[in-house]
Amino acid sequence: MTDAARGDLLVVDDLIVEYPGKGFRAKPFRALTDVSIRIGQGETLGLVGESGSGKTTLGRAVLGLAPVTGGRITFEGEDISHASRKQRQKLSRDLQVVFQDPYTSLNPAMEIGEILAEPLTIQGIGPAESKARIKELLDHVNLPSDALHRQPREFSGGQRQRVAIARALALSPKLIVCDEPVSALDLTTQARVLDLFLQIQQDTGVSYLFVSHDLDVVRHISHRVAVMYHGEIVEQGPASQVTVAPQHPYTQRLLLASPVPDPDRQEVRRANRRRLLDEQKNPDLVAAAGS
Amino acid sequence: MTEPVQINASTATLARTSVFKRILKNPMGLFAIAVLSIMILVAIFAGWIAPFGENTANIGKTLAGADSVNLLGTDSAGRDTFSRLVFGAQTTLLSALLCAAVAISIGLPAGLIAGYYSGPFDSAANWVVNVLMALPGIIVLLTIRAAFGPSVWISMIAFGILISPGYFRLTRTAVQSVRNELYVDAARVSGLSDSRIITRHIFSVVRAPIIIQTAIVCGVAISIQSGLEFLGLGDPTVATWGVMLSEGFKNVYLTPTLLLWPALAIGLAVGSLVLLGNAVRDALEDREKVTVSKRNDPPTVALQMQRGPRKRTASVEVGTEKHLVKVSHLAIGYPQANGTLKPVVNDVSFTVDRGEVLGIVGESGSGKSQTAFSILGLLPPEARIISGSIQFDGEYTVAPGEDIVNQSRLSELRGKRISYIPQEPMSNLDPAYTIGSQLVAPMVKVLGISKAEAKKRALKLLSDVGIVDPARTFGAYPHEVSGGMAQRVLIAGAISCEPDLIIADEPTTALDVTVQAEVLDLIRDLQKRLGVGVILVTHNFGVVADLCDRVVVMQAGRLVEGGEVREILGTPQDPYTITLLDSMLENKTPMTMLVSQGGTKS
Repeated sequence: MTDAARGDLLVVDDLIVEYPGKGFRAKPFRALTDVSIRIGQGETLGLVGESGSGKTTLGRAVLGLAPVTGGRITFEGEDISHASRKQRQKLSRDLQVVFQDPYTSLNPAMEIGEILAEPLTIQGIGPAESKARIKELLDHVNLPSDALHRQPREFSGGQRQRVAIARALALSPKLIVCDEPVSALDLTTQARVLDLFLQIQQDTGVSYLFVSHDLDVVRHISHRVAVMYHGEIVEQGPASQVTVAPQHPYTQRLLLASPVPDPDRQEVRRANRRRLLDEQKNPDLVAAAGS
Repeated sequence: MTEPVQINASTATLARTSVFKRILKNPMGLFAIAVLSIMILVAIFAGWIAPFGENTANIGKTLAGADSVNLLGTDSAGRDTFSRLVFGAQTTLLSALLCAAVAISIGLPAGLIAGYYSGPFDSAANWVVNVLMALPGIIVLLTIRAAFGPSVWISMIAFGILISPGYFRLTRTAVQSVRNELYVDAARVSGLSDSRIITRHIFSVVRAPIIIQTAIVCGVAISIQSGLEFLGLGDPTVATWGVMLSEGFKNVYLTPTLLLWPALAIGLAVGSLVLLGNAVRDALEDREKVTVSKRNDPPTVALQMQRGPRKRTASVEVGTEKHLVKVSHLAIGYPQANGTLKPVVNDVSFTVDRGEVLGIVGESGSGKSQTAFSILGLLPPEARIISGSIQFDGEYTVAPGEDIVNQSRLSELRGKRISYIPQEPMSNLDPAYTIGSQLVAPMVKVLGISKAEAKKRALKLLSDVGIVDPARTFGAYPHEVSGGMAQRVLIAGAISCEPDLIIADEPTTALDVTVQAEVLDLIRDLQKRLGVGVILVTHNFGVVADLCDRVVVMQAGRLVEGGEVREILGTPQDPYTITLLDSMLENKTPMTMLVSQGGTKS
């Protein structure tokens, strides 16, 4: 499927994000430089990069949590680069978020039921209707319905992340920004939560902007992948290409740095990585040696 | 981790009411609440309780002793002391509440706004607060009394304004700490207005400290007010405890009891308010206090210290000395509130030989770190070895039957023959010292070499761990280097005293994947070159495959499987190991279910 055929849900053009510098007349810190992405309906764009690459900032800019200094963010044809709180409230029906840390993304003083009711109440949905919806949501994320009256601290990390996903799903959004949603989870829990994300997409046709530092996770869940490095996108394309046979030197390094759970294959990967590093450090020398 | 939650529904409601219950369970809290409730009831029903009016004077009966008409006697104007005490409760408590209310209504909103928005309002508010705090309170109160007359209400309003900075600062700090929490971000994404975010999500954080502060502030208000009135600055027409105190002091030689009653009332009220504040704080901070019973506490700690040098600990089983580390049937537990031990590690056995890398792999809560720490002797002091033994290089560090790690033995080994690479490189370097001094100090102590020699060694070590400019890093402070560099420094520190065993606890988990690859390369090279044994604790099978010769898999404190790394990763036998490996994403078909549909091995 091409981008045009999908009909783009989210378009980000030449986005620049700058945080004001600390201190009087300090130079602002530029977190993103000329970033452009697009996400179609029912599509997952995986955003991969290391710490400080700006991947989280891009997600936050889409959500209105980071200052946009240049460029444009368009959601369903509407410019939301500088959306007001009022517009955001309307937007929140279609645009939602799942954060990395399930321990701080749920208010510890509120019951699960209250947490899930909040987005519904803001949209003016009555108590009876919202109660039914919450039951449905808990069922959807495989949590017991008696979770309603419990507090977040009574749940494990994986279960909390399910609550956060349920909250994001409450209003049947069209796009969910997932900011490292499985990074804080154990391996087996990560697998179950990834299954849940895939299942939800199959059932509801929701799109994801899936931010992760883990190339394996991004490869597994994304249709297309964008690789970020120092606040810029260095490579973008279909997941099968970017995460398997990357073109950009940084992506190549990233791919070969991730160890595989097989000693023999890992040995090969290690050797490949060394060779790649040598090549990238000293391309002429290697070329001369090869000839 | 989707196992059904086994907590019954009543637990949640219990958590709500339990704060009040816990205050009542606390004898201090119970006393404070009882005294304050009686005082409040007396104040409310003062008109019914008092036999006389507060200013009803009987000139014919001044400074009388207690009798059936005047229960506590009369004062110099012939007014009934008991009635004045009762009416005094009304005025005194009400004025203290007024003071707190004024302070809260100024300090709380200002603190919420300043903390949430920061910016210009914050700066301006801070400026005002600093001015208010610099003002000498008593002089301001005296001035106000001179200007507005001796009204207890006006002086308490003024005092409320003077102490509002306390509430402002408390609120502002609490709000700042939660302003950037993710759940506040989530509320912003939902389009919640700022005022609703503050009332719904932020106010709950401030509530408890405000209650505590208020109890204390009321006490302070009562004592300040009484102090002013004792100096004769009160309104003589209104009965308050302070005015009575002043009156009693004037007649202290004639009827000392006149001084006693108001003083007792003031003392009880202020004391109860402070106790209540403390009880609320204790109730909110309540953690189940686990007390290790002193009788069960092994005398071994003291005894072994004494006999350690004289008597050697039991010798190890013949034939096992060749292992660098041998852990047999180890079980570790923590004491619970009900006196039992809760095991976190159960029947774990493995060996590590010289020059060998053993991986301990498992998920969070599997006990892998506890096992590693028991070898290092770095378990928390309340931890108990329930059974089993640990031996290092042919001698027990935990002999069979001992229930704590033998510290006197381990302190000789730790840092010298056993070293440690931590998970969080940054938090394991002291920000106050340069990297060089943190490398040199242990070498001087452990190896007994001079500072200059240690510095030479440190520079060599830094270049050994792949740091390009050792001299610069040597002089740098920890915040001046990256996370990957900091981990290299810690690895340099770990090998500085030529250990036989390195224990690495998730050494690459906090690092970026490209940096992780470099650090793994470094550990592998050093291990080969120095021939040390390594115990690598990790959750990542990729890291295991990269570095380890053998691996043990732990689940919920038990060791489920162990063996050669190719064997375990290639043909795992235990269902849990199979599940773990199936959860790996590498080499799986993208966009397919991992667990839900079969979860067959690829």
